[in-house]
Amino acid sequence: MVKLEAKDANLWYGDKQALKNISISIEPNTVTAFIGPSGCGKSTLLRCFNRMNDLIENAKIQGDFLLDAENIYKDMDVYELRKKVGMVFQRPNPFPKSIFENVAYGLRIMGEKNKTVINDKVEQSLKNAALWDEVSSMLNKPSLSLSGGQQQRLCIARTLAIEPTVLLMDEPASALDPISTAKIEDLIYDLKKKFTIVIVTHNMQQAARISTKTAFFYLGELVEYDETKKIFTNPENERTENYVTGRFG
Amino acid sequence: MSTKKNTNARRVDKVFRYFSLGITVFILLVLMVLIIDIFSRGIGRINWGFFSNLPSRKAENAGIMTAMAGMISLLFFTILISLPIGMLAGVYLQEYGKKNRFAKFIEINIANLAGVPSVIYGILGLTVFVRMFNMGNSLIAGAMTLALLIMPIIIVSTREAIRAVPDSLREASYGMGATKWQTTSRVVIPSAMGGILTGIILAISRAIGETAPLLVIGALVYVPFIPEGPRDQFTTLPIQIFNWTSRPQADFIINAAAGIIVLLLITFLLNGIAIYTRNLWYKKIRY
Repeated sequence: MVKLEAKDANLWYGDKQALKNISISIEPNTVTAFIGPSGCGKSTLLRCFNRMNDLIENAKIQGDFLLDAENIYKDMDVYELRKKVGMVFQRPNPFPKSIFENVAYGLRIMGEKNKTVINDKVEQSLKNAALWDEVSSMLNKPSLSLSGGQQQRLCIARTLAIEPTVLLMDEPASALDPISTAKIEDLIYDLKKKFTIVIVTHNMQQAARISTKTAFFYLGELVEYDETKKIFTNPENERTENYVTGRFG
Repeated sequence: MSTKKNTNARRVDKVFRYFSLGITVFILLVLMVLIIDIFSRGIGRINWGFFSNLPSRKAENAGIMTAMAGMISLLFFTILISLPIGMLAGVYLQEYGKKNRFAKFIEINIANLAGVPSVIYGILGLTVFVRMFNMGNSLIAGAMTLALLIMPIIIVSTREAIRAVPDSLREASYGMGATKWQTTSRVVIPSAMGGILTGIILAISRAIGETAPLLVIGALVYVPFIPEGPRDQFTTLPIQIFNWTSRPQADFIINAAAGIIVLLLITFLLNGIAIYTRNLWYKKIRY
């Protein structure tokens, strides 16, 4: 079974080609790690799956992207797509609103008015993001009074509240300290049961710890895509081996 | 060689420091003299009667009641007109408008408009509102003229405040399936509100002090009644002060000083509110 798929994907930012003929299929309820040196196209590919590249004016996209066998760019409404494919960004970016309102945001933009429904959903999402115990007594406090790690889990809770089936994470722990990073990794491990997760990371150990499969990108190409264990212990490609062993990149 | 150069540079440094200090002290002294002069002349004139009396030919009976009432109604209509238009224009230019050469051209022109002498706006108001639209020298004609005057300030400060909202917040909102309008109205504008409010209050305190454009459109200097509707004639505090200073009798000069004290206090108060709201908002919203 395939949850997410890219077929012969090419992408240009102006004249610069950022993705070159990429085909990849991602299975449901797995964690897939995208690794590779900066500028290799891993974040770009990630952002194709919820059409965040639409916001960049000179981006040109070719090829097919499928979610549950439906064509993301041709057969789906972009707003519906983004509710199904949630995204967590590199730097925690909670809205300058209360903790409660951050999590309730998705429900409010979908037009949910019922207070009980919203309250329940906020609580459940915060619990799923392993943040409830820390914030349950201060839901009306500003989100920016939380620590960086808590803010990032708040952003995850905010995304979970719209009930996506896929979670895209763009280096979600790169701006956090090791303890907060460990919490996020535990959380990702738990979330795998319900969601399909794609994570971009620069941290090799992180990829090795949490992912089922790993894709190595280099200069816009998908060099190797396989079981994480295989990529890290016995890769087919020499460039992959050099990268994961820290000899370049 | 290098030591000599060094001593020279230090001397220049010292001279410049004392020079700028001297200039600052000089400016503060001038300001102090003006304020002390105004206060010593006018403070004794400020009593309840000064606020509650109508204008009068006798200086001791004259008050600023109609001028204050006129000023407040004028500001009310000015804000009512300029606020929605200025804010929407600022939001459009920053969030929706394409960033091409035409946008650049508009941007430069709006910035220029903010620097046009206010009397030019008065002439525009006289030609368009007073004569072409037959509004006469009414409150609404004055309000529309002042609204034009402060609109560039509101547009520019709205744009600046919205530009300062980080893109990461917009991305977070779009990433959850929000539309452009949902993102703008629920995330971008609330985040920028501190800056927008500050700009609006500064624009208002600019409008309060304006005399020239109102004189040009024909605001009266003697209005023995409080305006009751937008079509009524009106006067404002700066005009009242202007009128009093042009009288030969010494007592009216005292009235003018008292009027200036009131106007100064209102301006200080508004600027204080602007700073306070900005701090309050920035404390709540740090990004």
